[in-house]
Amino acid sequence: MRAVVIGCGRVGSAVAKGLAEDDWDVTVVDENEDALLRLGAGWRGGFVVGHGMDARVLDAAGAVDADAAVVATDGDNTNVVIAQVLQKRYGIGSVVARVLDPARAEFYAQRGLQTVCPTKTAISVLLETVRAAAPQPARAP
Amino acid sequence: MYIIIAGGGKVGSNVTRLLLEMGHEVTLIEQRPDRFARLEEEFGPVVMRGDATEISVLERAGIARPPELLLAVTGDDEDNLVISQIGKEGYGVAKAIARVNDPRNQAHFDLLGITQTICATTSILGLVEHEVPEHGLVRLLELQKEGLEIVEVQIEKDSPAAGARVGGLSLPDGSRIISVFRHGRTELAESGTVMRPGDQVLAVVANDSAPELRRALLGSATP
Repeated sequence: MRAVVIGCGRVGSAVAKGLAEDDWDVTVVDENEDALLRLGAGWRGGFVVGHGMDARVLDAAGAVDADAAVVATDGDNTNVVIAQVLQKRYGIGSVVARVLDPARAEFYAQRGLQTVCPTKTAISVLLETVRAAAPQPARAP
Repeated sequence: MYIIIAGGGKVGSNVTRLLLEMGHEVTLIEQRPDRFARLEEEFGPVVMRGDATEISVLERAGIARPPELLLAVTGDDEDNLVISQIGKEGYGVAKAIARVNDPRNQAHFDLLGITQTICATTSILGLVEHEVPEHGLVRLLELQKEGLEIVEVQIEKDSPAAGARVGGLSLPDGSRIISVFRHGRTELAESGTVMRPGDQVLAVVANDSAPELRRALLGSATP
């Protein structure tokens, strides 16, 4: 199985390494060549330097044959656009985009794009943690 | 008409000024504080500060009314795409026009259904092509939705079309000669119209067949 990971920051690089451990054939795309360091010395997968909006870069990364794609650059709008291109132009069945803004994540989720919103996750985990750990506040009479 | 403009750079600010002069109701959204301050000085409450790719900001600007026209003219193509998609798909805005900053991103706008776009680089390139006579075929107008373009071709002495009747040419499917311009006069092309060296021929062509049309009229010797 082939996967393309766009954006090799903390999230993208960790996802790429995790998929590679599961025996996926992974190619990572990042504008910055130094991002390759995040994948570690033992990285055996592919790495393409370039912007994920560039069709030539996506071609070089093997998007045509990919079974899955993870889009996790540091820009929400960049992520939803690239994810839609991977879905519609390259016909990749499983595409997930990281979207920090909960409203935008919801908007695109409703239009058939799989989005992961770390902000929403953080909000609910923080709330749950406080509710579980702290005594209930006294209600105003 | 109510118009929302996202992006208050050179394009957005000048369009705002002109639309206000024409008597339209406008909201201009600008994110950068320095730009916002300058714009607010000129346009007052017409300008709103915020990130136009944020749904709450668009809602405050009245995207739900919805506006008759949404102009996404920031300097960032991804932002312009997202703003147009939110407006059209989320709020039923009938007409969204998006600015394409990098012509290589045009295909993404087409793919994602943002059909009305404007790209300064492509427009300038079109004008350059018009000024370079040896190029042979000039794209005058691209009708994206229809998949057609209107092109202009100058017939040369050694062109296969020189001396030929319009009806006698074998042109690619989906193309047609519209008119022939000669000695300052335009003649609508009919089957019997004969093309002469120096004629400027207007044609409509399916946009992937332009090279074929050029070969049919000018031959393969053109650069």
